[in-house]
Amino acid sequence: MSTLARKKGVGAVIWDYLTTVDHKKIAILYLIAGGVFFLLGGLEAMIIRIQLAVPNNDFISAGFYNEVLTMHGTTMIFLAAMPLVFAMMNAVVPIQIGARDVAFPFLNSLGFWLFFFGGVFLNLSWFLGGAPDAGWTSYASLSLASPTHGIDFYVLGLQISGLGTLIGGINFLVTIINMRAPGMTYMRMPMFTWATFVTSALILFAFPPLTVGLIFMMMDRLFGGNFFDPALGGNTIIWEHLFWIFGHPEVYILVLPAFGIFSEIFATFSRKRLFGYSSMVFATVLIGFLGFMVWAHHMFTVGMGPIANAIFAVATMAIAVPTGIKIFNWLFTMWGGSIRFTTPMMYAVAFIPSFVIGGVTGVMNATAAADYQYHDSYFVVAHFHYVIVGGVVFALLAGAHYWWPKMFGKMLDEKLGKVTFWLFFIGFHLTFFIQHFLGLMGMPRRVFTFLPGQGFETGNMISTVGAFFMAAGTVVLLANVVITTVKGKRVGNDPWEDGRTLEWAVSSPAPEYNFAQTPLVRGLDAYWIEKMEGKKGLTPAEPLGDIHMPNPSILPFVISLGLFVSAFGFLFHQDHAWGTPVGVFGLIITLGAMFFRSIIDDHGFHIHKEEVMEAEKKGAGA
Amino acid sequence: MHVEEKLTAETFPAEPEKATLEGKNKFLGFWFFLGGETVLFASLFATFLALRDSVAGGPSSKELFQMPIVFLATMLLLTSSLTSVYAMHHMRNFDFKKMQLWLGITVLLGAGFLALEIYEFTEYVHEGFKFSTSAFSSAFYTLVGTHGGHVAFGLLWILTLMIRNAKRGLNLYNAPKFYVASLYWHFIDVVWVFIFTVVYLMGMVG
Repeated sequence: MSTLARKKGVGAVIWDYLTTVDHKKIAILYLIAGGVFFLLGGLEAMIIRIQLAVPNNDFISAGFYNEVLTMHGTTMIFLAAMPLVFAMMNAVVPIQIGARDVAFPFLNSLGFWLFFFGGVFLNLSWFLGGAPDAGWTSYASLSLASPTHGIDFYVLGLQISGLGTLIGGINFLVTIINMRAPGMTYMRMPMFTWATFVTSALILFAFPPLTVGLIFMMMDRLFGGNFFDPALGGNTIIWEHLFWIFGHPEVYILVLPAFGIFSEIFATFSRKRLFGYSSMVFATVLIGFLGFMVWAHHMFTVGMGPIANAIFAVATMAIAVPTGIKIFNWLFTMWGGSIRFTTPMMYAVAFIPSFVIGGVTGVMNATAAADYQYHDSYFVVAHFHYVIVGGVVFALLAGAHYWWPKMFGKMLDEKLGKVTFWLFFIGFHLTFFIQHFLGLMGMPRRVFTFLPGQGFETGNMISTVGAFFMAAGTVVLLANVVITTVKGKRVGNDPWEDGRTLEWAVSSPAPEYNFAQTPLVRGLDAYWIEKMEGKKGLTPAEPLGDIHMPNPSILPFVISLGLFVSAFGFLFHQDHAWGTPVGVFGLIITLGAMFFRSIIDDHGFHIHKEEVMEAEKKGAGA
Repeated sequence: MHVEEKLTAETFPAEPEKATLEGKNKFLGFWFFLGGETVLFASLFATFLALRDSVAGGPSSKELFQMPIVFLATMLLLTSSLTSVYAMHHMRNFDFKKMQLWLGITVLLGAGFLALEIYEFTEYVHEGFKFSTSAFSSAFYTLVGTHGGHVAFGLLWILTLMIRNAKRGLNLYNAPKFYVASLYWHFIDVVWVFIFTVVYLMGMVG
C-alpha cells in the first residue's frame, strides 16, 4: 500500500494532491493557492495605486474601482493571508510537536478544499456580472443596495471558505492537545505551536458570528429576509456588530501566527533561547482573550454612546501591554546573541519598528474622541497596512524563506531573498508611511479619485511609486522560486545549521510518516538540547515498528465541489428556472459524499518496519 | 487498545468512546465543534432578541404562539435526550441490542418533534406570518429553523449509524461515532431549552 519513493506520471501526481491527507502536501496546496490569490490581490492593489497616482485620473471607472477595492481587501484577508498562515501551520506544527500527522487528516484536506472552492467561487464574480463592490466589510446599508450579484458571490463564497477555516481551527486545537510526543508539555511547545493553538481557538469562536452574519445577508438578498431592512423593522447595525465580532479577532488570527514565526526566527538566528518564554506564552493567550473584547472600536462613530465607546477604547489600549511584552522579549532575545542576518532574520528585524508604528497608530485610533477625526480617512488605511503588511506579510515572507527548505528540500537563494527584502521593505514604507499624512490632511478612504490643488498630489505619487517597489520585490521572489526549483541543491535536515525545534531533526522534506520513531522531548528547543549534548539525532521514545497511516480520499474534494455547485445554483435561483434544482443537486452531492464517508470504514494502512528502515537509510541520511 | 480488536462484554473498556487515539480525537474535536455551534446560536439569539418586537404590521409573538403544541414538542425533545442517555448507558455495557432500541426510541421522539415543528410553521404561514413578513419573522424562522435543521440532520445521522452497524455490533471503531452523535443530540436539546424560554415563553409573557 505504501507509495514511498515511487516515480509517478503527471496525472498520478495531480490525483495524489487531490486526494492527499498528508499535512505536508496540504501545506503545499495552501501555499500555492494562497500564493496565487496573493498575486491576484496584489494586482488589484496595483490597479488601485495606478488609479490614485494623479488627481482626476480615469484609468478605471468609479464603479470598477469599488469592485477592485472590495476584492483587494477580501482576497488579501480571506484568500491570501489566511491560507498562507495555514500553509505554515500545516507544514510545521505537527512536526514541531513530534506528531506523525494531524488529529483529523481527512478534515484537514476538507478544510483546504472548502477554502479553495470558496475562493474560486468568489472570484468567478468577475466574469458573471461584476464583483462585490461594498468594501471588504460589506456594510448592509451599502451591500443590500448593490444591484449586481457581486455581494451574493461574496456572501456564498465566504460561507464556504469560512467553513473550511473553522474545520482547520478545530483540527489544530485537537492536534496540539492530543498528539504531542512524550515529554512535549505545554510549556515546552515552540512559540509557533503556541501561536497556532491560540489562533485556532480564536478561529473557533470568531468564525460562527461571521457565518451567521453572512446567512442573514444571504437571506435578505436572495430569500426575502428582512434582517437589515429598516422599512420592515430590520437593523443594519446588527451586521456591523456580527462582522466585527468576527473581524477584530481575525486581526489576531492573522498576527499571532506572525508573532510565532518571528519568535522562532529570532531565537534561531540569535542562537539563543527565546527570552522570556513563559511571558511570551502569557502574552499570546492574553492577546487572544482581549481580542474578543474590542470589536466595537471599529464602530466608534456609529453612535453607541460615550460609555460603550469608553469601555471599548480602554480595552483596546490594554492590548498594547501584552504586545509590548512581546516586542521587548524579541529585543532581549537578540541582545547578546550571535546574530546572523539571513533573509528571514532581516524580515524579523525590520518587522519590529514597522509593527511598532502600526501599534502606535492603533492606540491613536483607539482614542475614541480622536477617532472621529481619523475615521474613514487614509490614516486608518495606513494603520492597518502597517499591522497587516508590516506584521503578517513580513512574517509570511520570512516564514516562507525560513521553512522553504523543510517544505521542498531546497534553499531559496539568499542573495535574491535579500533583494526581495530590500525592495519590499523600502516599497512598503514608501507606500504607506505617507498615507498617515494624507489621512490627517483629510483624504477619505475608498474614494476612486481626488481633486487637484488640495495638497494630495505628491503624497499619492510617492505612495504609487512605493507600490511598484513592492511589486518588483514580489517578481524577484517568484524568480527566486523558479530558479531554486530548477537549479537548487538538495539540503540536509538542518540547513540553517542553528535549528532548535523538532522540524529540523527530520529530513527535508520530511518523510510521509515524519518520525521513524516518536521522539522523546527533554525540554524547550528539543533538538537544540540534543545537539548541545553532541548527539546527531533525537532520543527515541519507542522502538522501531510499523507505522499507521491514514488513507487518501477524494471525498473532501467532492464534498466541497458539491457546496460550490449548490452556491452557484442558489445564487441564480431568482433569475433562472435551473437555479433551485442545481442548488439542491449540489447539496445532494455534498450530503451523499458525507454519507459515504460515514458508512465506508476507513482504518488506514501500515507502513512496515522494513520499509521505514529502508526509507530512513536512503532518505537524506537522517 | 486497537480499533479493530474483537471485544466481549468483559474486555470492552469502561469508556469505549475514548479508548483509542481516534476516539479521543473525535471526542475532543466534537466538543470544540459544539463550542463553535454555541457561538453560532448565541449570535442567532442575540439577533432575535434585537428584532423580536419589529413586527412591521405583521403578527406578533403574542398573537401567534400556542402553548399546547410548543409544550408537547418540548416534552418530546427533552424525553429524547433522556432516551439517548439510556442508549449510551447500554453502549458502555456492550449491550448492542438495547442501545439500538433506545436509539430507535430517540429517533421516533425526534421525528415527532420535527413533525410538530413543520406543522407549526405551516400554520403560521397560513396565518400570514411568512419568512418575509417582518424582521421578527425572518429572525424567528432563521433561529428556530436552524435548530430544526439540526434536528433533521441529527435524525439522519443517528439512523445512518444504526443501519450501518445493525449487523456487526459494537466495536471501538463505531463506539465513538455513536457517542458523538448522542453528544450532538444533547446539544440540540439544550439549544431548544433556550428557544423555548427566550422565543416562546418570553414571547407569550414578556
